[in-house]
Amino acid sequence: MADSISLKKLVTRLLLVVVAMFIFGFALVPIYDVMCKAFGINGKTGGQYEGEQVVDESRQVRVQFLSTNAVDMVWDFYPKGDELVVKAGAVNEMVFVAHNPTDRPMSAQAVPSISPSNAAAYFHKTECFCFTQQVLQPGERIEMPMRFIVDRDMPKEVKHLTLSYTLFDITARHPPVALNTDR
Amino acid sequence: MTRHPHVWMGLLLWSIFSQAQAAWTVNMAPGATQISNAVFDLHMTIFWICVVIGIIVFGAMFWSMMMHRRSTGQNAAHFHENTRVEILWTIVPFLILVLMAIPATATLIKMYDSSESEIDIQVTGYQWKWHYKYLGQDVEFFSNLATPAEQIHNQSAKGEHYLLEVDKPLVLPVDAKVRFLVTSADVIHSWWVPAFAVKRDAIPGFVNEAWTRVDKPGLYRGQCAELCGKDHGFMPIVVEVKSKPDYEKWLGERKAEAAQLKELTSKEWTREELVERGDKVYHTTCVACHQAEGQGLPPMFPALKGSKIATGPIKDHLNIVFHGKPGTSMAAFGKQLSEVDIAAVVTYERNAWGNNKGDMVTPKEVLELKQAESQ
Amino acid sequence: MSAVIDDHGHADHAHGPAKGLMRWVLTTNHKDIGTLYLWFAFSMFLLGGSFAMVIRAELFQPGLQIVQPEFFNQMTTMHGLVMVFGAVMPAFVGLANWMVPLMIGAPDMALPRMNNFSFWLLPAAFLMLVSTLFTPGGGPNFGWTFYAPLSTTYAPESVTFFIFAIHLMGISSIMGAINVVATILNLRAPGMTLMKMPLFVWTWLITAFLLIAVMPVLAGCVTMMLMDIHFGTSFFSAAGGGDPVLFQHVFWFFGHPEVYIMILPAFGAVSSIIPAFSRKPLFGYTSMVYATAAIAFLSFIVWAHHMFVVGIPLVGELFFMYATLLIAVPTGVKVFNWASTMWQGSLTFETPMLFAVAFVILFSIGGFSGLMLAIAPADFQYQDTYFVVAHFHYVLVPGAIFGIFASAYYWLPKWTGHMYDETLGKLHFWLSFIGMNLAFFPMHFVGLAGMPRRIPDYNLQFADFNMVSSIGAFMFGTTQIFFLFIVIKTIRGGPPAPAKPWDGAEGLEWSVPSPAPYHTFTTPPEVK
Repeated sequence: MADSISLKKLVTRLLLVVVAMFIFGFALVPIYDVMCKAFGINGKTGGQYEGEQVVDESRQVRVQFLSTNAVDMVWDFYPKGDELVVKAGAVNEMVFVAHNPTDRPMSAQAVPSISPSNAAAYFHKTECFCFTQQVLQPGERIEMPMRFIVDRDMPKEVKHLTLSYTLFDITARHPPVALNTDR
Repeated sequence: MTRHPHVWMGLLLWSIFSQAQAAWTVNMAPGATQISNAVFDLHMTIFWICVVIGIIVFGAMFWSMMMHRRSTGQNAAHFHENTRVEILWTIVPFLILVLMAIPATATLIKMYDSSESEIDIQVTGYQWKWHYKYLGQDVEFFSNLATPAEQIHNQSAKGEHYLLEVDKPLVLPVDAKVRFLVTSADVIHSWWVPAFAVKRDAIPGFVNEAWTRVDKPGLYRGQCAELCGKDHGFMPIVVEVKSKPDYEKWLGERKAEAAQLKELTSKEWTREELVERGDKVYHTTCVACHQAEGQGLPPMFPALKGSKIATGPIKDHLNIVFHGKPGTSMAAFGKQLSEVDIAAVVTYERNAWGNNKGDMVTPKEVLELKQAESQ
Repeated sequence: MSAVIDDHGHADHAHGPAKGLMRWVLTTNHKDIGTLYLWFAFSMFLLGGSFAMVIRAELFQPGLQIVQPEFFNQMTTMHGLVMVFGAVMPAFVGLANWMVPLMIGAPDMALPRMNNFSFWLLPAAFLMLVSTLFTPGGGPNFGWTFYAPLSTTYAPESVTFFIFAIHLMGISSIMGAINVVATILNLRAPGMTLMKMPLFVWTWLITAFLLIAVMPVLAGCVTMMLMDIHFGTSFFSAAGGGDPVLFQHVFWFFGHPEVYIMILPAFGAVSSIIPAFSRKPLFGYTSMVYATAAIAFLSFIVWAHHMFVVGIPLVGELFFMYATLLIAVPTGVKVFNWASTMWQGSLTFETPMLFAVAFVILFSIGGFSGLMLAIAPADFQYQDTYFVVAHFHYVLVPGAIFGIFASAYYWLPKWTGHMYDETLGKLHFWLSFIGMNLAFFPMHFVGLAGMPRRIPDYNLQFADFNMVSSIGAFMFGTTQIFFLFIVIKTIRGGPPAPAKPWDGAEGLEWSVPSPAPYHTFTTPPEVK
């Protein structure tokens, strides 16, 4: 055993393991993301949904809408309704309102989260403002539609869904002016 | 104090024979819900299993320590393995663990079933307070620590519920399934009420679920259970569980309050209306110090008539009413008066007694100031 | 292979230990480096302990008396970091440096120059870490687990220095681990097969592999933090599409194996000490090796039991609960083996044995509370309370720290050539034993009664037990200065130690004279 492997080789291999594990640490980010989307860990929702579904008239699901402002966010931000009772497979719409009461242009990002988390993978957004950063001019107010489908294949025990949006101020990181000229 | 054992012993005796006996609590409480009782049973089961295993293993060790000492003339045996025994003590613990896992799994599944709730409450953690929102009811409020700073800094005696008291408790009805949607506006917090066996992390950008159904009315206290910065130890949770009629009554009052406030703050107020209302507010709240004609009682209580504040920039005026003036008897009325009343009284002061500034503060501006402050 | 080592052997052989300070700065001798590590660890133990004294002094009574909450949080954070990375880990590396070559009949560590470098990184790292306490914004205040976003978006300025310090510690640990693996795999004396190695060598081999596997993950984790803080990425920030929970997954993927890194070498040392004073071979050597390997393997698949309340899905909770419960099986095997080793032995209770027996019993108590914590629904009540604090202190203080004390007393005669004062040693044990239990046992009670951890002030119902805890902690803390006195006394004099001061002891280390000469096993011993 002791003779079968030289010191140099052994150390090289161990160092390779070290490098591999360092990379693995970063690889956990995409791995975790995939796991989250597959199993709905943390209520992460997927990207824009392109499919269509047949409506299941027999199944009704209560969908609640929450909005939270992150601590330094001064916009008014709320859904127009507190909840909807929807049919599985049908396309539904909820309008969210955002208003920038300040005297400067600001940019924001809405982060969605679904509870219970095992339903997250079955909540499809066909149109959503959460994919993009939102810029509002001073005093500007907009209505943002969010269209969604609750999948027919969602586990039967889920009768009640909550979609929560947290609004973050990202003006510092993505200045609204720069964002505007990008377009 | 550590150097004086008699003081310590005295304290010990005093504690045992006084009402403070409860302070020597050594165990978890069964709590006030079915789930918390199930958790308590699990806790006790695993505890007793550990005790029994402990007695057997430690018993064997103490037996060796007593009986197999060299000083008693023992000669060491030479066995050093026994496959049968080794397999046995791998399998038996495994079976015990399987037995333990079964009730634990059952309880966990129940804890995760938050469907068919009657009431949904959004719980949001802030540095360092909780915010509760009754979904679909238009009722929401912050819940702050109510323990006075003097108690924390040992300048006055500590109350029974020291650090476990809030200004506005969360109110729930008895015997109803309540679902909590827990989230955070800044760092990670954790909403914990031991009597319900509910502990859920509040994570910024994510929403977590928990639920409870409380069996008995009463006051239940908890604390934030995740390090969230400086005042992590100072953001308690108090839940007041009321009978259903009492809860409905409470909720009705809160809704009426909210509706009224909304109406007042969203209404377009004219200066005259504000002055009229401010007149009343002034004569109940401010008159004792600043006097009926705004002349004050200098030097303790400055005059408002023609004063720098009341005729200076409106922002400074609002600020001093809102925040008070530290070191003087001018209190921070931002937390005591409604938005409308603050707007009214500031507007009144700027337009009475010949101050005649002709400007006004709207309730909405006060509301915005308040929101900016609370976040 | 042996050619490489002979080079070093000859080079060093020509001149023994250098004189003066430069002997320590430039040394490549495993015994010198082991000594450096042990002294460094002990001084960090006292430093981390003094932070604990500040914590216990503040918690002595309800109300804020001594420190403000900001500083209290810095104390809990620094106490954890210094004890984990500064005291326990370096102490075990020190023991490995001293003992592994002596136990396997090697002339030195396989990579002596790297050995020197990996030690000297540590004082630099800790100087940087501790100096942050004196910066205007204060030191790290987000707990030793540094959960994002408290440790990123909301952190004090000093977090950057903290990250750099963690990097240095990580590099040091990784180099140390590579060195241990290389030494054990390549430098064993002829005839020293793997299954003949003392358990301390085995457990260290497994620990070293754990270190190599998880320290880079920690490095990745803090690097992501650094990028979030300074380079505008959003690994852990929800605002940019990141996830704060991801931080916890990455951290505990490192953190759980880390727990075993801090205990496995103690398992190994105790597995030498108990047979020595029972005068009976270790019971179940083979099963001990397999149990250690099983624990190490399981440590990679249980991390989320630290996160039962973050809201992982039901299946996840169940998986991590079952996996965690499984760890009790190999751990139980170890405890049963130690108890059986003592059974029908011819026991004497010198200080190392006292610490070793206390290790088994008190570590088992920590194991029991660990079992309770593994039950996910019950953990909803225990999580982040003083019950957890009691649990991991029972695992780490009578576990890791008593393991290190037992080792120190056991091998002090070999290191210094003198016998320590047995009466003082026993006194040190009993004061530590009583102080430690007084400090940590009541924490179970206040935890169960509902006291959260990491709070600077508490409700009156927790006051009595907290006072007991503080008294115990002051007692335990003061006692450790007494240990320093015992060690210095032993170094300066005392009855000369024979090559093998313990009649029941086994192993190659006892075949060299005491104190162990500067160079040992330059010709490999024959192992039958």
